[in-house]
Amino acid sequence: MSPSPKPSSNPALAYGTGVPPDLKHLHLEMLRIRVIERRIAERYREQEMRCPVHLSIGQEAVAVGVCAHLQPADKVMSAHRSHGHYLAKGGNVRAMIAELYGRADGCCGGRGGSMHLMDRDSGFWGAVPIVGSTLPIALGLALADKQCGGNARTVAFFGEGATEEGVFTETLNLACVLRVPLLFICENNGFSVYTPLAPRRSPDFRFSDYVRSHGCHYFSGDGNDVEAVCRVTGEALAAMHADPGRPCVVEFATWRYYEHCGPAQDDHLNYRNQAEIEHWSMRDPLAISRARLIAAQPGLEAELDLAEQRQRQDIDAVIEAVRAGVRPSPETLPRGVFAP
Amino acid sequence: MNGSAETRELSFAEAIRDATAVCLQRDPRVFVIGLGVPDPKGIFGTTTGLASEFGADRVLDAPLSENALTGLVIGAALGGRRPILTHQRVDFALLSLEQIVNQAAKWFYMFDGRGGTVPIVIRMIIGRGWGQGPQHAQSLSSWFAHIPGLKVVAPASPADAKGMFIASVEDENPVIFLEHRWLHGMRGPVPTGYHRTPLGKCRVARTGGDVTVVASAHSVIEAMRAADFAAAHAHIEFDVVDVRCLNPLDFETIADSVRKTRRLVVVDDDSRHCGFAGEVVARVCEAGLPLMAPPVRVTWPDCPSPSSAALAEVFYPSDRDVFVAVGKLVGRGLEHATHFPKRPGPVDVPNLEFPGPF
Repeated sequence: MSPSPKPSSNPALAYGTGVPPDLKHLHLEMLRIRVIERRIAERYREQEMRCPVHLSIGQEAVAVGVCAHLQPADKVMSAHRSHGHYLAKGGNVRAMIAELYGRADGCCGGRGGSMHLMDRDSGFWGAVPIVGSTLPIALGLALADKQCGGNARTVAFFGEGATEEGVFTETLNLACVLRVPLLFICENNGFSVYTPLAPRRSPDFRFSDYVRSHGCHYFSGDGNDVEAVCRVTGEALAAMHADPGRPCVVEFATWRYYEHCGPAQDDHLNYRNQAEIEHWSMRDPLAISRARLIAAQPGLEAELDLAEQRQRQDIDAVIEAVRAGVRPSPETLPRGVFAP
Repeated sequence: MNGSAETRELSFAEAIRDATAVCLQRDPRVFVIGLGVPDPKGIFGTTTGLASEFGADRVLDAPLSENALTGLVIGAALGGRRPILTHQRVDFALLSLEQIVNQAAKWFYMFDGRGGTVPIVIRMIIGRGWGQGPQHAQSLSSWFAHIPGLKVVAPASPADAKGMFIASVEDENPVIFLEHRWLHGMRGPVPTGYHRTPLGKCRVARTGGDVTVVASAHSVIEAMRAADFAAAHAHIEFDVVDVRCLNPLDFETIADSVRKTRRLVVVDDDSRHCGFAGEVVARVCEAGLPLMAPPVRVTWPDCPSPSSAALAEVFYPSDRDVFVAVGKLVGRGLEHATHFPKRPGPVDVPNLEFPGPF
């Protein structure tokens, strides 16, 4: 029996409802993530957020476009660059910010920092910074769901660097062999830290062929166009629905505007070529969606600007509330090495 | 113990199979996965017939992919299942250290409990003999015991194999379940039905006043043979403490024994440097327990385990080596070492019935 697509409470949802994605909703969601991460970048310099941060500025469309299809009961896992996925899945903002500030009310009680996010209530089942590491764990979640006869969707976000890890191939194969319908979402931003694809892949490498040869669906799309992300993800989910048990990899081309890790832009380091930088600077996912919205509805500009202003106030209020919060008390250090 | 008082005679391997069947029977969340689990040899008889009894959905064969399989069972556990993952050798599990150390061991702690628990059992078999060699005969128990968040179990008797296996499956934490290959064929009384032996408690396998001999897994067998001989020939009485669980460690039982005997020998089937034997010695010293003589470690030398029987014979400490170590420590009985009985048959097999090849 194949699970039937569920109607969504998310107004942006396309798949399973027949409702076209609401671009304004998608745009505002991307904007919210952008505003939060920009604020993190700005306040990072105060050196109160004392943990490595990997900002997803520039990659918001993938997070938002994919999560628009998901319900709270659906499960998402991610890796080191996970703020966008966490937020797009509905993760608690305050708990995330508190985690960055090392506070007791952080989503991991201050034990994880930016690279370890968790909010199971919203369906975000964890992010860890070992590249590729959550892929098999996400597969296990999906297997558990299959064994229990559930129909939640499980999605694993990862960067293209993860595909160079053995565990990616192991997981892909295992998913196909066990017929577990995991949706793999690959954000290909072209760089692993400072290293481009050339030293990492043969020029003959065809990711689509590689994925398909394992028995897995493969789709690809423009990761900077949130409507494209939404559409391709919908196609992927439909293909999975039509062929229950077959996993699917979706690869989105995208670009990060900030450094690999930290609060700054780093194009002055010249590890990315100027033509590429210029190409992607014209393809800001927020600029694309904003231009479309305004073209369709002149006068929307003011509303969007106001929304952005409110989002800024919201995150500032969260940050101030978090800063006033308490740090984990020293006596909690050994707590939970073993579960009771 | 929790469970049945009735026993029947089983081998250690049969006891694990029995325990697995009990877990599969009692808890629909339990499943077993690993290369060869449903194959004709059934992981040395530890999984034989389980697939036909419980179905291919619960007793699964798998690709070799040790690392992804470990992640898979972690995720399945987070999703509410109780998986058992089997590796035919400890050495193969090294391919999954990332998932074991970074994820399974830390998940509960690093998400401050909000990530859920990881109730998984990872079976690993310590090879020995018949030329297993450098990459089929490692123990590495100290490695695993070094990682906060991993429980490390290494039983020595069929009854404990069953009781601790069931306790491991029921535990909310990741458990590394170490089975010495030479124990698989050893027989003993095993409680029937549900039988649970709590983790984290040593077993005093023999009581005596002259020396504390701490051991685990197959080392217990060597220690008990040495103890029998020492009692019969040299009037030296061993207190043999079978550790059973390296983490969490029941140090109190060891300390109680050392307070009584004031002599300590630790027998550890593993390398010496930075090993478990050193940990026990350090804890005894730190606790300031009075000793009549410096403590002694009987371990593998710090070199890889070689294949040739001629080298393996000197690599593995024997029951006689334990006896000699104790004799030196106690200061008597060493004249009996020359007539310490050799095990019948070749030195590279656990018993005369063992046919090889692994």
